[in-house]
Amino acid sequence: MHPAFSIIIFTTFSGLGYGLAAVLGLGLLDPAATATKCAHALALALISAGLLSSTGHLGNPQRAWRAFSQWRSSWLSREGVMSIITFVPLLISASACVFEGRYLALPGLLGSMLCLVTVFCTAMIYASLKSVQAWYTRLTPACYLLFAAAGGFALASVFAFAGGGNTRVLPLLAALFLLAAWGAKLRWRQRMKTLKSLSTPESATGLGNIGRVRLFERPHAMENYLTREMGFKVARKHAEKLWRIAVVAGGIVPVVLLLTLAALGGQGTLPTTIATLAALAHWAGVFVERWLFFAEARHAVMNYYGG
Amino acid sequence: MTSLPSLPTPKKLGLVIDLDTCVGCHACVVSCKEWNTGGYGSALSDQDPYGADVSGAWLNRVHSFEVVPEGGEVVGEAGQARIVHFPKSCLHCEDAPCVTVCPTGASYKRSEDGIVLVAEDLCIGCGLCAWACPYGAREMDLAAGVMKKCTLCIDRIYNETLEEEDRVPSCVRTCPANARHFGDLGDPNSAVSILVAERGGMDLMPEQGTKPVNKYLPPRPRKSLAESAHTLPLAENTEGAKGFFAWLDGMLDRI
Repeated sequence: MHPAFSIIIFTTFSGLGYGLAAVLGLGLLDPAATATKCAHALALALISAGLLSSTGHLGNPQRAWRAFSQWRSSWLSREGVMSIITFVPLLISASACVFEGRYLALPGLLGSMLCLVTVFCTAMIYASLKSVQAWYTRLTPACYLLFAAAGGFALASVFAFAGGGNTRVLPLLAALFLLAAWGAKLRWRQRMKTLKSLSTPESATGLGNIGRVRLFERPHAMENYLTREMGFKVARKHAEKLWRIAVVAGGIVPVVLLLTLAALGGQGTLPTTIATLAALAHWAGVFVERWLFFAEARHAVMNYYGG
Repeated sequence: MTSLPSLPTPKKLGLVIDLDTCVGCHACVVSCKEWNTGGYGSALSDQDPYGADVSGAWLNRVHSFEVVPEGGEVVGEAGQARIVHFPKSCLHCEDAPCVTVCPTGASYKRSEDGIVLVAEDLCIGCGLCAWACPYGAREMDLAAGVMKKCTLCIDRIYNETLEEEDRVPSCVRTCPANARHFGDLGDPNSAVSILVAERGGMDLMPEQGTKPVNKYLPPRPRKSLAESAHTLPLAENTEGAKGFFAWLDGMLDRI
């Protein structure tokens, strides 16, 4: 599948934003601290930037509001609806923190829950497509949720070190979720690599009972929408290298940095800077992971295109 | 409304495509493009149409496959392998995944005849329906930013200003090999249903659970060239000639 830049930005930014907002909703940071106020602002900014980016690949973005109508059947519509509903408790929590320095448990916890539901809806857009077998698994939402939580705790750690909260519990939880997320992702990828194709050129053409089916000639000489959108391929050697880059940048580096900081404890500029680097490395790693999520997934239509 | 019709549609209009007789001429592809660029919805645009990197939206495409039986040789080297031309357009699935994923209600399945359509003024061009379709039946029109797909020529089949024989999809009307048939596959007594029953019509990718309405007729079993050779009369063999030809045969022998 074609890894569209706007969609990768959308899923990584909104994942981090909803993750951070969910952690803030748990009340683990001191609501009176300036750092926590900044954290609320960053969470909302990341979510908004992600959602705006998601409209970037639309053919007619001016009609995007119509996407709130089909929540009964469509995960994409559900995600749109949930993203708007989630803004309500998040804005209440953020304004209580920013203007009054207070943590409100009810909108906080409700916001955390809705953040997770929204991320789950995002993941289900992909996990519900039987035509893309690599995505069609419960592991897909598990990965999206765990990555959102890991990113959320990693970002929350930055603000904890900047004076917002406990500098041992938050980075420890971040490391724990980082390990869980990459563990789930490893299982997801192993599943994808060992998949037996549900559909084959034989089942796609119905000619399997005559013999082995091979594409002789494409219907068109040049690329078309289908081959550009669904026929994206990444060289195996590059895929393996990118996967290792993703694990190191997105998993190992932040885990090591955050655990070191947790062991040392204490707030200040230096630990905040290091924690920021850990969070940035995590985002870069997840960006590569998300690129591979699309680039490595094979669409059933490629059975008609010899790929 | 992107929920599928709750009851089976009373009619299941669709196509039956005969892989035995399709000669791969692409006439259906061209006539489809021609009709639909001026018919229902926005025009089917092309990008860089006269340049080096031409592409565009088409609703019907013909692939060609080589089928090699177990132990067979590649095409041209033995009589067993064969080329099958394979026209592909929307299958108007009963359980259409492209409909339920649509966030705006643009993609829908008509409850009266089962035709799957896109209401273009509701379409935001997100492309998710094309991702959901395992058959590649939908292509985005890059000029209009909306999804295009086979309408089963809805502007022909119910169009009473056309002659009755023209009230079929353009691809069916144009096929010179009569490899495409149109009708109601929900009616077991319709000509297309009988054709499907007689020829063992099949579903494409049944494992995807889409329950396609369109059916494909498999190529008939083929004899190898060697098997057919002895049945062909040889030019030098005059045995069995009768009447005038027997007389001519005798006369020519005597000269």
